[in-house]
Amino acid sequence: MSINISNISKSYKKVKALQNISFKVETGELFGLIGPDGAGKTTLFRILTTLLIANKGTAKVAGFDVVSDYKNIRNSVGYMPGKFSLYQDLTIEENLEFFATIFGTTVEENYDLIKDIYMQIEPFKTRRAGKLSGGMKQKLALCCALIHKPKVLFLDEPTTGVDPVSRKEFWEMLKRLQQKNITILVSTPYMDEAALCDRIALIQNGKILEIDTPEAIVKHNPNQIYNVSADNMYKLINSLKTYKHNHSVYPFGEFVHYTDRRTDFNPKALKVYLESQNLSNIHINKTVATIEDTFMELAK
Amino acid sequence: MNKNKVIQVEELTKMFGDFAAVNAITFNVEKGEIFGFLGANGAGKTTAMKMLIGISKPTSGKAAVAGYDVFTNAEDIKKSIGYMSQKFALYDDLTVKENITFFGGIYGLSRKQIKEKSKVLIEELGLENVANKLVGALPLGWKQKLSFSVALLHDPKIVFLDEPTGGVDPITRRQFWEMIYKAAHNGTTVFVTTHYMDEAEYCDRVSIMVNGKIEALNTPKKLKEYFKVDNMNDVFLKLARE
Repeated sequence: MSINISNISKSYKKVKALQNISFKVETGELFGLIGPDGAGKTTLFRILTTLLIANKGTAKVAGFDVVSDYKNIRNSVGYMPGKFSLYQDLTIEENLEFFATIFGTTVEENYDLIKDIYMQIEPFKTRRAGKLSGGMKQKLALCCALIHKPKVLFLDEPTTGVDPVSRKEFWEMLKRLQQKNITILVSTPYMDEAALCDRIALIQNGKILEIDTPEAIVKHNPNQIYNVSADNMYKLINSLKTYKHNHSVYPFGEFVHYTDRRTDFNPKALKVYLESQNLSNIHINKTVATIEDTFMELAK
Repeated sequence: MNKNKVIQVEELTKMFGDFAAVNAITFNVEKGEIFGFLGANGAGKTTAMKMLIGISKPTSGKAAVAGYDVFTNAEDIKKSIGYMSQKFALYDDLTVKENITFFGGIYGLSRKQIKEKSKVLIEELGLENVANKLVGALPLGWKQKLSFSVALLHDPKIVFLDEPTGGVDPITRRQFWEMIYKAAHNGTTVFVTTHYMDEAEYCDRVSIMVNGKIEALNTPKKLKEYFKVDNMNDVFLKLARE
């Protein structure tokens, strides 16, 4: 067991940031914490990396208790905070040297681990960190978090604000790190990234909604979802919302995801209704639930 | 100028020294359309948008926004548009009401108009109980919805949204898109810049910028068909990797 969280709660004055959180992450697992801003993701990361003390509960990381053994944890984990926190006025090279020295190691000693990633930013190694693009900053931050060969890697929203190309590259890097037996806990507000994790916890308002593999979470969704489209999106949404049998109506890209409360729902009846609302070009088709559909159903 | 084309751009270019940040882009946006303006970090989206909202002078080309020329009538453009960004939206240390009053004043509304608009807006968003609370204390989703409404206070012809729903929870996010559909339905043109590809799926049409040029422009459906992929993320990856 690499991370073992049991009944952790944390409040800031009146705000309950985390409420009775428990879960375990296995060694070598890529575990995703999926939830919107304000869900409590960063608070949990700060507790696990010993930067914050919980009000209740216990947690162990790499076998060490987060309170009594905090010093050992700091040597065994890598942490990449959501906010870029390297030294802006040091160069790429200097930042990396600095972090290696702090942890009593050298860049050469663990170069193997960061080689893939570092090679992509090496041509700019004399550039100051503050002058790097978002994607390059993110790669440097990952190198610095890895330079002491941590057992567990904490990545807090590493892909927020990063474009799809860099995002994809980043996840490919994580998959390779996982092969090197590093346990990874990663948080993200992007629901589509959930599918790339071994297991995920869906989190909102300080509570875990569900924990499982992405495939299983989607399968647990009890509703049959229909893709509905028509010539006028605004009118379509309003019409579906006033349809008395609706269970949920959510815009979903070019479609509306619709679920019905009846067990014997017949799409034809819905089509007739929508036509009576002066909509045309109506299409209603079954579709498969996504993580986001399931998240919304659980958060409802 | 064609009345239905609220944004008309022709060969618009912005040079920084020898570097063409925006390289002769051409496109039109129709009245009431939800237009997605996509591109990777550094592709030139922000530079292009700055020219369209009248805060950066193009090097060459032509552009008219809300009927005004970007070279000669930049000040008129600013009055005809609304702008909302995820990074800066409202003042956290002003209350909901104070924010509305402040932005109403900036947009040149009269006290009477501000009073009327505030009432309607607060009711519509269900913010009656927090109208006198500091905006900083509101959940992110509420802030985003409020800030969108504030950007529409002066009934602009076009509203520019910069990554409007990043990080917002999925349900609030949908309420936000419902507001956008409503605005568009009422004739406001919505111009969304984003690199969240799932936001792109909601747009009527999207353009994708790569290295200063528009490499694709169509409905999300047509683009997905053309590139034979299931989602806009894959469309983007195909274009950006070529």
